[in-house]
Amino acid sequence: MLKFIALRLLQGVLVLLGIYAVTFVLVAATPGSPFSSERAIAPEILAQIEAFYGYDKPLGERFITSLGNVLQGEFGPSAVYANRTVTQIIGESFPISLTLGSISLLLALLLGIPAGILAAVKRNTWLDYVPMSVSMAGICLPTFVMGPLLALVFGLILQWLPVAGWYGPEFMILPATTLGLYYAAYFARLTRGGMLEMLNQDWVRTARAKGVKESTIIWKHCLKGGLIPAITFLGPALAGIISGSFVVETIFQIPGLGQWFVRAALNRDDFLVLGLTVLFAAMIVLMNLLVDIVQVALNPRLKYD
Amino acid sequence: MTDLPGSAAPGIAEEELVEGSSLWKDAWARLKKNKVAVGSLVVFTFICLFCVLGPFLSPYDSNAQNLFAGAEGPSADHWFGTDTLGRDLMVRVMVGGRISLMVGLVATVVALAIGVIYGATAGYIGGKVDASMMRFVDLLYALPFTIFVILLMVAFGRSMWLMFVAIGCVEWLSMARIVRSGVLGLKKQEFVEAAVSLGYSHSRIILRHLIPNVLGPVIVIATLTVPAVMLLEAFLSFLGLGVQPPNASWGVLINEGQANMEIYPWLLLFPAGFFAVTLFCLNFIGDGLRDALDPKSAKD
Amino acid sequence: MTLVSCGDRIAETEKAAKEGILLIGNGSEPKGLDPHLVTGVPESSIIGALLEGLIARHPTNDLEPEPGMAERWEHNEDYSVWAFHLRDARWSNGDPVLASDFVYSWQRILSPALGAEYAPMLYVIQNAEAYNLGEIDDFSQVGVKALDDKTLQVTLQGSTPHFLSMIKHTSYFPVNPRVVEEHGGMTDRQSGWSTLENYVGNGPFRLKQWVTNQVIEVERNPSYWDAGTVRLNGIRFYPIDNANTEETMFRNDRLHMTNTVNPDKIAYFQEIMPDKMTISPYLGTYFYRLNVTREPFTDVRVRRALALALDRQLIVERVTKGGQAPATGFVPDGVPGYGASTAVQYDPDEARRLLAEAGYPGGEGFPRAEIMINTSEAHRKIAEAIQALWREELGIDVGIYNQEWKVYLDSQTNLDYDISRSAWIGDFVYPSTFTDMFTTGNGNNDTGWSNPRYDQLVARSRVAESEADRMAIFHEAEDILLDEMPVIPIYWYTRVYLKDPRVKGWYPKLLDAHPYKYVWLEPNDDTGEE
Repeated sequence: MLKFIALRLLQGVLVLLGIYAVTFVLVAATPGSPFSSERAIAPEILAQIEAFYGYDKPLGERFITSLGNVLQGEFGPSAVYANRTVTQIIGESFPISLTLGSISLLLALLLGIPAGILAAVKRNTWLDYVPMSVSMAGICLPTFVMGPLLALVFGLILQWLPVAGWYGPEFMILPATTLGLYYAAYFARLTRGGMLEMLNQDWVRTARAKGVKESTIIWKHCLKGGLIPAITFLGPALAGIISGSFVVETIFQIPGLGQWFVRAALNRDDFLVLGLTVLFAAMIVLMNLLVDIVQVALNPRLKYD
Repeated sequence: MTDLPGSAAPGIAEEELVEGSSLWKDAWARLKKNKVAVGSLVVFTFICLFCVLGPFLSPYDSNAQNLFAGAEGPSADHWFGTDTLGRDLMVRVMVGGRISLMVGLVATVVALAIGVIYGATAGYIGGKVDASMMRFVDLLYALPFTIFVILLMVAFGRSMWLMFVAIGCVEWLSMARIVRSGVLGLKKQEFVEAAVSLGYSHSRIILRHLIPNVLGPVIVIATLTVPAVMLLEAFLSFLGLGVQPPNASWGVLINEGQANMEIYPWLLLFPAGFFAVTLFCLNFIGDGLRDALDPKSAKD
Repeated sequence: MTLVSCGDRIAETEKAAKEGILLIGNGSEPKGLDPHLVTGVPESSIIGALLEGLIARHPTNDLEPEPGMAERWEHNEDYSVWAFHLRDARWSNGDPVLASDFVYSWQRILSPALGAEYAPMLYVIQNAEAYNLGEIDDFSQVGVKALDDKTLQVTLQGSTPHFLSMIKHTSYFPVNPRVVEEHGGMTDRQSGWSTLENYVGNGPFRLKQWVTNQVIEVERNPSYWDAGTVRLNGIRFYPIDNANTEETMFRNDRLHMTNTVNPDKIAYFQEIMPDKMTISPYLGTYFYRLNVTREPFTDVRVRRALALALDRQLIVERVTKGGQAPATGFVPDGVPGYGASTAVQYDPDEARRLLAEAGYPGGEGFPRAEIMINTSEAHRKIAEAIQALWREELGIDVGIYNQEWKVYLDSQTNLDYDISRSAWIGDFVYPSTFTDMFTTGNGNNDTGWSNPRYDQLVARSRVAESEADRMAIFHEAEDILLDEMPVIPIYWYTRVYLKDPRVKGWYPKLLDAHPYKYVWLEPNDDTGEE
């Protein structure tokens, strides 16, 4: 297993290098520069700015310089936000996104998994349809509707909760609920599917015939396997929620990482785009590795290969 | 017994796989018995017809404005009300539905096809091929999507097809991962080994024996992909790809309605209602399909 | 629904009002706080609290020069040489503010190596342009000198009576040379002097807190020369991109003032909170650029037809809804001494006649053209309305497409468009900030249009004998522009925002630059209502 992990990490490093190179080319090819603005800049001035950030050098040279810096852990300055380095921006916003993401996922699991189990066990009854329909709410109302709606109801009408900012636990409730409801739908559906798969196996019927209690069958024998799809989804979901919560962060004015993914790209803030991409890729690689390990742990027939 | 979860051999008889059609025939028979699924199918068909045929029957043009009237609530003239430029919302929902339904379904099918075949192949072959195929997926997954879309657009111009490419490029990735992990679990099982010893070709084993057995989670993910794709379309039109003004998809209409939900609630209610009902239908159809395709479900 | 907070919770706005802290929605996260490098509105509104130029912001009237670092000033007869007498003022680290600080600051923004985007604002100063473009290396040839510690002499290229109004701009603001030198030197774009830890200013407030994407807080600066006048204890600037979020925060009693308002809600807010909905004129023009290098816009008759066919009154009333004025000229109304042009009118008959004359009677045979907009709900609605109006009045069918901001800028610069949505906000209150941009080859022209007579007039405006002459020249130039119509003016801007009645001393300003030192808050306290 250690060998497997080591090998995967090594592959991961190669993936990161690959993604860095590809992104570098993509970013360089994209029209618009971090310095373009509505007011024209004199070409002489623009040339000075570009020289300051090293844009005047040929692409190959820039790539080698920046890769060298990255290997030493320095992603460079933001080309748009003065005095701020990529590392600083990520360092400030990552913990916030991690907190928000973890709370949201926890909420999603708490809502989604019991709903999914209940629906599977009581398949095709109202105990299936009702929890499944409720769990769909988070998908049917996209986050950009759910967020403002929650803010309107709990913030403005009931005046129970603050509607924006990130200053304490009470500020986390609405955004975490918005995100949590969205992901709960995924977990509910995946759990329902996984549990059904288990409950339909031959040996379950054998067990039932032998008089094993239904609760024992569900909790002791089926749960572990039934949760595999949901668990597999957990890793990418965490990576996705940390990096992709742009909408929720904007609605609730949360200084998280998600905004930077969109803003950096729209600003053509090249170094920041590269830094964020590498961070996201690293999260994906790690999460997928974790998922694979958990999968083997839950299903001993699988081997590391 | 506890070592069995996730690894029990599916009870598909070899003959059934050889006569692949009977699997689908049985599935259809089972699906027909599922009232909720059939009901959903009916409603979904109705929505599709409403969107496709509706604009021909309506007296209004989806882009005809009445600036003096502005936004007005539902009335006998305008059943769904009008938007802030005085356009009939019902026709706009219909026309928007055409775009959203097409994007949602086509892109999902494309993602499904690529993802399933890619994932099954990687899982089946295994070893180094699998590792490099999956690392390639990781790489694509991490590409900065916004930059990618902007670049696509600048290189190839704005077209509907490009939007399918952009969406297809991202959505097949998670599909591939799920199929691959399902196939990894299956391929060590007796029925696959039996198929191998019978000398069936690899492609036959993948298509006939492995893929049908991972369809359950695939369908679940596919039904969840549809809404994701429809909303992704709204983001793409923000970047300038996809539907262009004055036309609007459901995603764009919902986004517009959301901003004014307090004063013009109908602008949100109607498009969001259609969006939600469509998703409900697709999910229940998906669940029904999943159950119908699961050969053991009939034995309950 | 009640907009008043529940009894058991003291509203944030009330609490802050009692503490004397103003809470403002400030658009987006500032890209920096270095006055010589920033270009945006959110940045300059914060810098306005931290730094003060020779001339400060007047509380009510953008045309009045309010003494700032300069206690008094004089100029020669033709307004080309100015002397500013500095008062005894200190930087927030205790250093005295010297005339040489201004020389240093202006040298800094004009240094080619700094690459300051707004350096051209200083080109009115003698030899400033040559120095900025690297044609001369010796800064002593540039027209700015410290005669002594307290006297600054500025020599301009030509007669510039509106110079006082120009130097209110952040690009003319001073920085503390000692501090800048300590942190990377004069020409370092990434200089650390303007960070939270190192910021040294001379304005009424000083930097207290800066949390990215969350809040920037400033507090009263005790070493400010006029600290006695300052009534607020602090200001919190919240970077909020989303208009609806901002509005929700305002209504949740977490902001005293928003940056903007969703246009569709203006009427609703005027109804439910008339005391808070605020609309004031703003020196800007919303217009469409026409690419005159492309068919059919090469034909002036087509351009004029498109402009004449627009019922601007209808657009401002039914689409933008923010009290904007239909634009009858390119230079907005409100510039003193310059009556706005009335050349642009709604005349659909004349429009149809011109279009027919150009060979497209009733729109027949009109080539497919498209309006390019950058992505935004507001721009989209206006474009949709204009598209419909042109179809109705002229029978022509134009398309619309939106582009992401930077791609849009690129297309506009490269003349890769037919019709492009545009806007221009004045830097100072004078016609030149609107007319200069359409000279041949100007970086902001972006239409491909060129007219030698127009270029001549703009050049002449810089050396005109008297103010009356100058205004006449501007008018003649604008008439040419509106006659040839490479741009279609649509409306003149307004600032539309929500403002808490507790905020006092905040007046409508044409440039929307407010001197925070004159603003104060009056808590509602025990007036019973809240």
